[in-house]
Amino acid sequence: MNFEFSDEQELLREQARGFLGEHCPPSAVRAVLDSEADHDSDLWRKVSEMGWTATVIPEEFGGLGLSYLELVVIAEEMGRSAAPLPFSSSVYLATEALLANGSTAQKEKWLPLLASGEAIGTLAFAEGEGRPSPKSLKTTVTDGKLSGRKLPVPDGRAADFAVVVASSDQGDGATLYLVDLQQDGVSRVAVRTLDFTRGHAVIEFANVDAEPLGGAGAGWAALNQLLDRAAVLFAWEQVGIAESALYQARDYAMGRYAFGRAIASYQAIKHKLAEMYVKNTLARSNCYYGAWALNTNSAELPLAAATARVGGIQAALYAAEENIQTHGGMGFTWEFDCQFYYRRAKLLSVNIGSEGFWQDRLITAIEQNNAA
Amino acid sequence: MDFSDTPQEAAFRAEAAAWLQDNVPTAEELAGLDDIAAAKLWQKRKYDAGWACIRWDKQFGGRGASPIEQVIWNQEESKYELPGSVFLIGQGMCAPTLMAWGKPEHHERFLPKLASGEDIWCQLFSEPAGGSDLAALRTKAERDGDDWIINGQKIWTSGAHYSDFGVLVVRTDPNVPKHKGLSYFFLDMKSPGIEIKPIKQLTGGANFNEVYFTDVRIPDSQRLGEVGQGWQVSLTTLMNERASIGGGGGAVNVDFAYKLANQVTIDDKPAIEDSAVRAKLADWYVQESGLRFTGYRSMTAISRGSDPGPENSIGKLVGAPKSQAMASFCMDLMEMSGAIWDENLSKEAGIVQMSYMGSPGARIAGGTDEIMANIIAERVLGMPQEPRMDKGIPFSEVPTGN
Repeated sequence: MNFEFSDEQELLREQARGFLGEHCPPSAVRAVLDSEADHDSDLWRKVSEMGWTATVIPEEFGGLGLSYLELVVIAEEMGRSAAPLPFSSSVYLATEALLANGSTAQKEKWLPLLASGEAIGTLAFAEGEGRPSPKSLKTTVTDGKLSGRKLPVPDGRAADFAVVVASSDQGDGATLYLVDLQQDGVSRVAVRTLDFTRGHAVIEFANVDAEPLGGAGAGWAALNQLLDRAAVLFAWEQVGIAESALYQARDYAMGRYAFGRAIASYQAIKHKLAEMYVKNTLARSNCYYGAWALNTNSAELPLAAATARVGGIQAALYAAEENIQTHGGMGFTWEFDCQFYYRRAKLLSVNIGSEGFWQDRLITAIEQNNAA
Repeated sequence: MDFSDTPQEAAFRAEAAAWLQDNVPTAEELAGLDDIAAAKLWQKRKYDAGWACIRWDKQFGGRGASPIEQVIWNQEESKYELPGSVFLIGQGMCAPTLMAWGKPEHHERFLPKLASGEDIWCQLFSEPAGGSDLAALRTKAERDGDDWIINGQKIWTSGAHYSDFGVLVVRTDPNVPKHKGLSYFFLDMKSPGIEIKPIKQLTGGANFNEVYFTDVRIPDSQRLGEVGQGWQVSLTTLMNERASIGGGGGAVNVDFAYKLANQVTIDDKPAIEDSAVRAKLADWYVQESGLRFTGYRSMTAISRGSDPGPENSIGKLVGAPKSQAMASFCMDLMEMSGAIWDENLSKEAGIVQMSYMGSPGARIAGGTDEIMANIIAERVLGMPQEPRMDKGIPFSEVPTGN
C-alpha cells in the first residue's frame, strides 16, 4: 500500500506553507479585505514566479509538467492561507479547460501565458440564481459572435480571458468558447460577494469575438468533466480552510479563560473541535482518493470528485462556522481573522456547484458505476 | 500514490489467499457446531498451519509476521464468511498484556493455548461504579499470605460464561489516589467464589455478564506488574484494542441502503430519485469512503514501517452513530413495515432492525461517543482534561453518588 504523498511532495508542502506564511500572512488577506482590490496582484506575481501557476502545464507549453499530486499540495496551502488570488479560476478552471479541450493553436497561445501568470483566465458559467442546465443558458453565439450576461464570474475583472459556456442547438445543448475579455463589447462590473477578498464580476457580452473551445454541441459534457477535475482541487482548498479554522479555534480555546479555566477544557468545546477533526479527516482522506483519481485519469473520477467535494464543503463550513462560535463575540468582530475562513468557506461551497448539486452527482456516479 | 502492494506484500497476500482458499471450513464441516465449537475448529486449523496470531513469535504459535502482513491477512480473511471470533479479547488484549508484563513461564504456558484457541480469555475491567471512569473501580483485593482475596463485582464482561481465564484489575489500596491503588491479575474463571450472571440486552441477546467475586483466591504469582501498578498494566490492555483498518461500515451500509432505495417507492417513483434520499446517501457515502481511505493511509504508514497517525482514532466515533442513523433511515424508507422485526417477514431477515437495536451498544462499548471525542480532543488536539474532583485525594475520600 502506497496511499501517501512522496517525500518530494511533502517537501513542496513545507516550502509552500513557508512561502505563504511569509508572503500571505493574515495582514495580506486583510489588506485586500479592506480595499477595493480584486486580489493581491503582488502576491500573484510571486506565486507565479514560484511556478505554481505552471504546475501541471506540460513543458512544451512553458509549464513544469508536474503531476496533480503536486498541484493538490499547493491547493491545500492556498486554502490554509485564504490567499486572495485568482488561483482557482486561472489554474483549476481555465488551464484545465484548455488542457482538455484546446486546439494546439489555442494551447500555444494561452498556456505559456497562464504558466507564467502573465494571463489570468476564468470560467464564465452561471447566469444568475439557480442551477444551470443547457436549457437555461441564455448566452448564445450567432455567426461567431457571442452575446449574453454571466453573473457572477469569479475573478471576472482580473481575468484576461474567459471560458464561456454558451447555448448550442447541437449535441448536448452547449458549446464552450474562448473569449478575450479585453475587447470592445465586453463590459465588466464588480459584484460584491460575501468574500471581499475574492473579486467577482458581472460580465455583459455584446456581439463579441468568440472561438469555440472543443466541439460544437460538446460543451455540456466538457463542462461536466471540467467540474469533476476542478472539484478535487477546490476540495483540497476547502480542507486547507477547515484545518486553519480548526487550529485557530483550538489555539483560542487554549488561551481563553472562563469560570477560572481554559475554555478548551470544557467538553462542550472539546467535542465541537473533535467533530471538526473528524470531518476534516474524512474530507482529507476523500481528497486523497480524488487526487489519485485525477492524477491517474481514473474512470472513478466522477465518484471520487463528488465524494471529495461534498466532504470538503461540509468540513470547511462546519469548521468556519464553529470557529466563530468558539471565539464568542470576538469571533464576530471585523478585527478578528475568523471571518476570512467563514467568507471563503461559503464562497467555495457554492462556486462550481452547491453541496446539493454535488450530493446528487455523487449518487449519479454510483448509479452509473452500477449500470456499467 | 497508488494502492499497490510492494512485491513482498503481494507475495504474502498471494500466499495467504491461496491458503485461505484451500482451508476455509465448508458448511458441512461447520454443520451442527455451536458458535464456540465452530470458532475453535477454524482457530485450530489456522494454528496448525502457522496462520494463527501471525505477529506472535513462532515459539508461541505465531509466524513472526510484520504489522503490514497482519493487515493484509485481516483483509484476506475478511473476504470469507467465517465463524465469529470468540478469541478477540484473549488474543488481541490479554495476550499483549501477558507479553509485556508476564514472566517467561507465563508466556510458555498460556500464549500457545491462546493462539490455538484451546483457551478463551475475558477481560474483567468495568464495574457498576467504573465505566468511562474505569479507575473508579471498587472490587478489592486483600493480601493473605501468598494469595490475594478478591471481593466485589465486575460488569459488561463479554464471554465470561465460556471463558477459561480472565484478566482482572482490582483495588489493593483505597488510601491513595485512585490510579495509584490498583493492581492487575489473571485468574482461572473456574475459581471457587466466582458467580456469573448473564445480562439480557435490549436486543434480547445476552453476550455479556455480571461477575461476582466472593472471597476468590488468586495466587500472587498471577499478578502482572507491581502492586499499585495496575493502571499502567491496564493501559497496555486497552491500547491493544484491535485497530480496525479499512472497515466496511457494517451490514447496513450505503450499498445496502442504495439497493433498498431502488426497491421501495416514494410517490410511485423509486425512492432513489428523491433528492432528500440522494443527499442523505451521499453524506453517508462520504463517511464510509472517508473511513476506507483513512484506513489506506494508516496502512501505508504501517507498510512504510511507521505507526499510523492519530487519524485512525475516528473509526468508531464515525461508524457507530452512522450505523444507527442509516438503520433508522432504512426503516423510514420501508414506512410502516420498517417496524417489523421478523425473520420471515422483514427484508434480509431483519438485519436493518437488528442493526438499529444493536447500535446503541456500539456507541457505548469500548469507549462511548463522548469518551472517544474526549480522546481526540486531548490526545490529538492537545486540549486539557476537564478538572477532576478526585485528583490527588485518597480514593476512599472521593465523593460518590451512593
